[in-house]
Amino acid sequence: MQMTQKEWKPKIVAFCCNWCSYAGADLAGSSRLSYPAEVKIIRVPCSCRVNPLFILRAFQRGADGVILCGCHPGDCHYSTGNYYARRRMTMLFSMLSFLGIEPKRTRVEWVSAAEGAKFSAVMNDFVKTITDLGENVKLGDLRCKESLK
Amino acid sequence: MMMLKLSMERVGELFSAIANQQALYLPIESADQVNFEKWSEGRKVRLDVLKTVKSGKDLFFPQSENLVAFKMEGKSIEIIQQELSQEKFVLMGVRPCDAKSFEILDKVFLAEPQDSYYAARRANGTVIAMACGNPEETCFCKNFGIDAADPVGDVAIWIHEGNLYWKSQTEKGEALTQSVKSLFSEAQEAEIDAFKAGIREKIEQLPFSHLDLSSFTPDQLNEKFNSPQWKKLSQSCLGCGSCTFVCPTCQCYDIRDYDTGHGIQRYRCWDSCMYSDFTMMAHGTNRPTQLERFRQRFMHKLIYFPSNNDGMYSCVGCGRCVAKCPIHMNIVKVIKALGGESK
Amino acid sequence: MIKEKAAQLLREGKVARVLGWEAGEFAYDLTPAYFETEEELKNLVYNEYSGANLSKYLIAASKMEGVTLALLKPCDTLSFNQLLNEHRINREKVYVLGVGCKGMKDQNGELLLKCKCCKGKEFKAFDEVIDDEECRNVPESDRFEEVRRIEAMSAEERFAFWRNELSKCIRCNACRNVCPACSCIKCVFDNPKSGVAAKANTDDFEENMFHIIRAYHVAGRCTDCGECSRVCPQGIPLHLLNRKFIKDINELYGEYQAGEDPEARGPLTNYTQGDAEPSVVRERSGE
Repeated sequence: MQMTQKEWKPKIVAFCCNWCSYAGADLAGSSRLSYPAEVKIIRVPCSCRVNPLFILRAFQRGADGVILCGCHPGDCHYSTGNYYARRRMTMLFSMLSFLGIEPKRTRVEWVSAAEGAKFSAVMNDFVKTITDLGENVKLGDLRCKESLK
Repeated sequence: MMMLKLSMERVGELFSAIANQQALYLPIESADQVNFEKWSEGRKVRLDVLKTVKSGKDLFFPQSENLVAFKMEGKSIEIIQQELSQEKFVLMGVRPCDAKSFEILDKVFLAEPQDSYYAARRANGTVIAMACGNPEETCFCKNFGIDAADPVGDVAIWIHEGNLYWKSQTEKGEALTQSVKSLFSEAQEAEIDAFKAGIREKIEQLPFSHLDLSSFTPDQLNEKFNSPQWKKLSQSCLGCGSCTFVCPTCQCYDIRDYDTGHGIQRYRCWDSCMYSDFTMMAHGTNRPTQLERFRQRFMHKLIYFPSNNDGMYSCVGCGRCVAKCPIHMNIVKVIKALGGESK
Repeated sequence: MIKEKAAQLLREGKVARVLGWEAGEFAYDLTPAYFETEEELKNLVYNEYSGANLSKYLIAASKMEGVTLALLKPCDTLSFNQLLNEHRINREKVYVLGVGCKGMKDQNGELLLKCKCCKGKEFKAFDEVIDDEECRNVPESDRFEEVRRIEAMSAEERFAFWRNELSKCIRCNACRNVCPACSCIKCVFDNPKSGVAAKANTDDFEENMFHIIRAYHVAGRCTDCGECSRVCPQGIPLHLLNRKFIKDINELYGEYQAGEDPEARGPLTNYTQGDAEPSVVRERSGE
């Protein structure tokens, strides 16, 4: 039992904005700062591009945690996109919590293109949080999890 | 096949006895709503409730069911057929209208080519139909030749003066009866005669019991289809599917593929002719307006279906649509507007 | 009096049709309907069963020939304003006849949920008003009471509560189609290209997703008219999802009533630099 607990690796989806956070991830890479392989990055033009459905669908298809990274408030490439994203995600996360879904499974972090170290630290911390939390059983689609694999 | 009876105080023993042999579905209350659900000890059975929100058709034709799966690995595709349902079950407490609806569904699904998914469930299911001691003002089963006092099913039951009267009507029903017979004592048919007469009396008095359906015949198709009334009737329809999904006789479905990320799950699910994307295919020219969609639903029930099935209407008068439509538009209003004002 | 006024406007040619409620088979089963002649107007009724919010019909009516007279209750005018705000209704094509309301009932004679938390008797938009003293009586209420009760539960209890409720959903779309804020021409759940289109909930997830997204899409635009819960055939308390959003918006971004002001910018299409970070949800939950 202990063994299987240890072997289980979470699936993490990270939406990263093209201008800051994705570049931050790049910098983490070129600076040889590691972040866990469980994190799958999806590049989006702006954090504001992320529709609440994106987050839900990531969970549907088996994600155990979803994180959204964008430029720091005030630094958005499109000047205000991340302000909207901030409200949007706050509302969504609050609703998920209202439905009894663990609030730790979702996160928003602001990571600039110069913050490779922060990117690495954030991802390490998020993966640890989700690993401690365990598998996402409340918000997944059984059809994607079982049967056919 | 004789009449049996059991005190309602011991009805729990009957449930257990049936459930020990096969799955038992009953009107069960959950989150303030009563629907047919699998019985187990401690669940709140509501045989007193006249209308479950959804009808009993779910047990034979569930809202969604898997048909086939495609598993993909590299360049190979494996096709996995969904096994037919094996579950033997008893569906108890079905009202006479719902019981009649199975006959209508049979016409659709058991005609050649037979729907094997439906046929398997139908073969595995035993229906216990129950008489309606307290019909409601929204009921209009009488118009469709249904006798709420004498339900048709594998077994018929009546709940009267603290007793449950039980009578098997088919071989399947008799087999079930034999397995639980020790619980019952014998009774006389005459014991419930007055009760039945009382039901018929009540039904007779209901406001919708005497609709005039005489003009809803195949030769009137064009006249009904082109009636100017449809515009008025359909203009406030929201285009939701409440009426179709609570209806015991609606049987349209859609087949869809769900991409699971590592294969395809093909399933079918109920569809509604009220939906704007009903029968939408590549040509994109399905019924474009709500008037046409609305008309389709009622023309199907009152004209097309009887044309193809020896005059059998595909409505059983359960009154669910009367109770549930968000805008209170329903088949009774349609019948009346199209010349079926009460006799 | 309402009928006379409507008949007069029809006669004068100021309006081409009247949008109201038509008498049904029983006292309670009124159907929203258009009346185009004085003869038809005889079937118009306005009584304690006129609960349906007619403002959404005005989207279609805006495209019809001539002016439509609409009977709107005070709370309906909020939805009307919200639709004006979103440019879904052409104001020129509608003559709003505000009708006073003493609270509406369901078919069992019980006060409608929305009326238990009446939002006031003031008409936010009108061309003319017909009401009386009695109609201006607003009962005391606390519309967030139930939301707070659920918030106070443990996460497991909340999860169980919503599973129990949402698992009843039959995906009839009545909540969506009746909602005056749900006015997309093609809903994301009907669009096969969206990847989430479905006609049935085939998995628990789809029940959750449909209702989260339905409520989310109207967040900041929902006037709390309560039509979603009124029409749900399975009695799911859908308005609680909407009220949760309203409560969060009020607490985090300042009090806001959608439809109060037809020019206002909605809270989710707005921001301030000092807005709370999404981590506030985690902090508030204490988990």
